[in-house]
Amino acid sequence: MNSVTQVKEKDIREDIAWAQINRDVLKSLERPRATYWLLFALCFAMFCVGVGCETYQYQRGLGVSAMNNPDMWGLYIATFIFWIGMSHSGTLLSAILHIIHADWRKPIYRFAEAMTTFSLLTAGLFVAVHLGRLWQIYYALPYPNERWVWPNFQSPLLWDAIAIFTYLSSSILFLYIGAIPDFAICRDNATGWRKYFYSKLSLGWMGTDRQWRNFRVSYLTIACFLIPLAVSVHSIVASDFAMSQQPGWHITSFPPYFVAGALYSGCAAIITLFIMLRYTFRFEEYMTMPILDKIARLTFAIAMVWTYLNLIEYSSVWYGADTVAKETLIQRATGPYAFWWWSMNFLGSVLPFTLLFKKRRANLTVMMIVSLLLNLGMWLERWMIVTPTFSHGYYPWTWDHTFFPSLIQWGIVFGSFGWFGMLFMLFCKLVPSVSMYEVKEMVYHRKLAKIQPREA
Amino acid sequence: MSLEQTLNDWTQLRRTHPQPGSHPDLKWAMAIDLDACTGCNACVVACYAENNLPVVGKEKFAAGQAMHWIRVERYWNEADENSPEQGAQFLPMLCQQCEAAPCETVCPVGATNHTADGLNSQVYNRCIGSRYCSANCPYKVRYFNWYNYPEQEKAWPAPLPMQLNPDLTVRTKGVMEKCTFCVQRLTDAKNTARNEGRAVRDGEVLPACAQACPTSAITFGNLSDPYSHVAQKWRLQRVEINKDKQLKDIDESHPGLRGYRILEDLRPYPSIMYLERVRDNQA
Repeated sequence: MNSVTQVKEKDIREDIAWAQINRDVLKSLERPRATYWLLFALCFAMFCVGVGCETYQYQRGLGVSAMNNPDMWGLYIATFIFWIGMSHSGTLLSAILHIIHADWRKPIYRFAEAMTTFSLLTAGLFVAVHLGRLWQIYYALPYPNERWVWPNFQSPLLWDAIAIFTYLSSSILFLYIGAIPDFAICRDNATGWRKYFYSKLSLGWMGTDRQWRNFRVSYLTIACFLIPLAVSVHSIVASDFAMSQQPGWHITSFPPYFVAGALYSGCAAIITLFIMLRYTFRFEEYMTMPILDKIARLTFAIAMVWTYLNLIEYSSVWYGADTVAKETLIQRATGPYAFWWWSMNFLGSVLPFTLLFKKRRANLTVMMIVSLLLNLGMWLERWMIVTPTFSHGYYPWTWDHTFFPSLIQWGIVFGSFGWFGMLFMLFCKLVPSVSMYEVKEMVYHRKLAKIQPREA
Repeated sequence: MSLEQTLNDWTQLRRTHPQPGSHPDLKWAMAIDLDACTGCNACVVACYAENNLPVVGKEKFAAGQAMHWIRVERYWNEADENSPEQGAQFLPMLCQQCEAAPCETVCPVGATNHTADGLNSQVYNRCIGSRYCSANCPYKVRYFNWYNYPEQEKAWPAPLPMQLNPDLTVRTKGVMEKCTFCVQRLTDAKNTARNEGRAVRDGEVLPACAQACPTSAITFGNLSDPYSHVAQKWRLQRVEINKDKQLKDIDESHPGLRGYRILEDLRPYPSIMYLERVRDNQA
């Protein structure tokens, strides 16, 4: 109630002892709240639903997804884009913010980076699920073979395969390298099989000067390598559409639009996971409200970039010479998908204004709901890119063709969230989801700044 | 496309639009006269019989999963209700065998390619079912095997498998297929001609649809042979394969011209010319 001497809340307390940090984080590897197991069971159940649906689809054929001619692509491709998009903010937090020295990222980048890796793995599943003959999926890879048969290097889908593999392998490497000093801390505190597990993972980390120097250099190198990859991977996913000939897809602004959408949904997902982790692992000391506030503001900024690019897309189609594309746009707003399309616009462009209010940003329940809704909006965006084009293409035979995905399709999409959640929760149990050594650095720098304030 | 080939001739990777003489000896093409078409669907039936197309049944047909490589589309012209057809207009739609086919460039595994005689071929064994070709096809004439029709769906219960055409495969689930201009017949005719040391004669080979058409609305042949029926029809209508605008569109002073190609301005350079319908009141 003291409004006159309002102290600015700190990102992190400067007087946390280092041993305290170790203790708090290592505790998350041992005994989380019961919520953890509940969530894990829920995710596993969802995953089982997905596996069941996929098994049925694998046995019968893709027809059970209710896809048809002309609706050849359905939720699988839309959800694929969604998961690829989710992966981007991990890189944003860990690589981009690392390079610009935004140290508030330090307590939260580890789980964001894990999110990157696991959402890429989930996205990869959708490529397989989508294929008619997934047992021949390796045909799409440029592997050497005695017949010299190569994939078609002109196809954006092949670029996709290459970009995603590269991005996935580098982000796994980045996640792993960044965690080596923490694995060493785990090793020093573990017993039994964990001791063996963490000593293998920590690669003999002793914390010597030389090791730190090599560590810094390699971490920075991969960070620099990862940033262009993150941009290119979603640009290439956008090319799947932009390079095609279909109205509603053939739009020049798609690559930046997709990248913005990716960062947007990723930031929203970070908020969701932030709140979940903060509660389940009792990370209140590290995942503090001021940090949440910063991510929320970042999310708002990205939401506005996305809105801008979205409006660019609409207006360039509206004023462009391609009348069929314009008809497709009108069809999206008034046709069978109108409800979803307007929901997408509302959730993506209007809802983020909630984040402008400090009171809302400080309310965990509101933030949780808003972040989930923002991601729902972004998922709808992907669906609204993929599907309406099929119901209103160039050729009149396809017009007014309504298509609604079958339960099998929904089940697999649903299951993918379970799969992601399962992987993520396993990760949190095995790897410290707060970077201990970097939080220590952060605390140290803050303390230093307090003792020796910089000259104004 | 092997690595060796690619490195030897980089230009093979680029597909420019067809030039006259890109298929100097043989270029299969078609002309469909909509004035002659009565919408009887004989072509569709012939196609099912010739190409081992599964009859998918009522439910799957309603779900849009039919496998008709050629379909007779109906359009209704309400202003024309008093005509004998009561405003119905028919358009047989099949793969246009585009010269610059949008489906070919996007296939990740190169399962759909152009042949030397100007066909857009589909390699079933190579197809992994990404369905990108269909997504990029402006005509939506590619059909996907949503189910395992021969075995699981029992599209041909015994003894029907005995009537399947032995000249081509029965496709399995998960691959894309489409009209081939009855490539099995074309190959057979080419082999016969080669064995006899001559060129393929005009009219020697017809796809099933053209053969079955009771009004001869479908003309099929070698466009590179200037004396073939199809080449004469194209020439009469001043339709040229390598143009994206024909004389009819450029110059209105030729009211007699009725040849056009569908969605020509997207520049896929289709190999099928349609002839506009002539109304009684226009004749």
